[in-house]
Amino acid sequence: MDTMRDRFAPVVSRLLDEDPRVAVVLAEIGRDRFVEAERRHPDRVINVGIREQLLIGTGAGLALTGMRPVMHTFASFLVERPFEQVKLDLGHQDVGGVLVSAAASFDWPSGGFTHMAPGDVALLDTLDGWTVHVPGHPDEAETLLRHAVGAGDDRVYVRLSVQSNKDALAVDGERFLTVREGRGGVVVAVGPMLDAVLAATEGLDVTVLYATTVRPFDAGALRRAAGAADASDVVIVEPYLAGTSTAAANDALADLPHRVLGLGVGRRELRRYGQIEEHVAAHGLDPASLRDRISGFLGGRARG
Amino acid sequence: MTTTAARTAAASYSYEDLPALMARMTGDEKHGPAATSTLDVLWVLYDRVLRVTPDGVRDPERDRFLLSKGHGPMAYYAVLAAKGFVPVEWLPGFGSYDSPLGHHPDRVLVPGVEIASGSLGHGLPIAVGTALGLRAQGFAEPAVWTLIGDAELDEGSNHEAIAFAGPAALDRLHTVVVDNSSASHARPGGIAARFEAAGWSAATVDGRDHEALYAAFAAPHPGKPRVVVARVEPKNG
Repeated sequence: MDTMRDRFAPVVSRLLDEDPRVAVVLAEIGRDRFVEAERRHPDRVINVGIREQLLIGTGAGLALTGMRPVMHTFASFLVERPFEQVKLDLGHQDVGGVLVSAAASFDWPSGGFTHMAPGDVALLDTLDGWTVHVPGHPDEAETLLRHAVGAGDDRVYVRLSVQSNKDALAVDGERFLTVREGRGGVVVAVGPMLDAVLAATEGLDVTVLYATTVRPFDAGALRRAAGAADASDVVIVEPYLAGTSTAAANDALADLPHRVLGLGVGRRELRRYGQIEEHVAAHGLDPASLRDRISGFLGGRARG
Repeated sequence: MTTTAARTAAASYSYEDLPALMARMTGDEKHGPAATSTLDVLWVLYDRVLRVTPDGVRDPERDRFLLSKGHGPMAYYAVLAAKGFVPVEWLPGFGSYDSPLGHHPDRVLVPGVEIASGSLGHGLPIAVGTALGLRAQGFAEPAVWTLIGDAELDEGSNHEAIAFAGPAALDRLHTVVVDNSSASHARPGGIAARFEAAGWSAATVDGRDHEALYAAFAAPHPGKPRVVVARVEPKNG
């Protein structure tokens, strides 16, 4: 199967053909895949070199002239390195744009921590008005990329990963989907975590919600699911920093007695290379670990 | 006061009126030297160079002026008031809760202000994107100008923009560096040389000499972005 990142250039190249407002800004990474689009649209496929502050500043300047910039590189260099540009050149200028990252939390474990960005969504959470899409499958990535570019002048982050679920679901760029229903609690699986969550909760009496658009947070879906359960106990399993969406879930359930457990990538730097699966296990995100932590938190009710 | 009335009044403002307009703003004396260092550059640009009017602040064909050096914007506000972009009556409120005029300007609050600035090193990269955006949409005429300080030039983001804009042949892009010798570590070889090495057209002039500024601003620079280094008296001199 191809990866989400494999879909990025073809989808955005088509959008360049379809919409004269669209421009792509690159900082070398991913440039090879835009060679043909650059030939067709030399003024709208812009490679600024290895200059990530300029990557965002350029996108902001394009937006100020009325264009729809798509800015792309690895998450660490897209969100973390030029964070002040993201905050000021886009947010404070009150212009929009689409950030599309690759490499996610640990897509290249042998590359080490320099190329890992488990904190990207938490960092964007310090800013107002960002839509955050976390697709769990290449087909969903394609859908959400189109939503992102087509979202007027909104500020949108699309987080692409080589981690993927086996099957795509019909995501709409807004709502959580109910994948399984039960009464013993609610488990929210974000993006690529769905398959592991479904395996981990096999036979448990829980509702599983699938979230690929995490900001804005679908508070209504969580409230409905939590309200239908015997107790408003919620576990959120995210492919980035553990607890990133815990505050959003707490806000959604503010008027219900509730408990929330946030699972995800640990804060402590692992300082290991190796394979993705080894990092998944080290952060307790493999199905067996998830089952222990989820059932331990939900207690007897989840066993049905 | 409406902006229409402000414009009518503006007809009578000249360079000689700017000190009085600036005197209406109080509370940011810390930035005083930064404010006066830009006064002559701003006046020459708005009086003789920029093709933008209070009625045309959303015209896609307008020239863009991006004040990157957002510290000490009193001169900027005075010039915007003199040219009718903002009412003169706004000036005394400078920096107060209800005023749109802050100690760093905000494009969302002030008519004619193209970017919100204050944090150093943002204007030139955004100007690069603005020039690219205009070119991509077929607007061949609008010029993009940005004003930065010599110490602001220390920010690495500016060097990313300088290094890119020359080879990209962004000939509608213009930078004015107001050099009041405030950088702690002066650039070896001078400021203009840094730009020239990156493929820019460059000139260094007396930043108080209006004719010299105008000549440097108006000089042709085919195929290259242009920098004008405007030297003024040292910040603490």
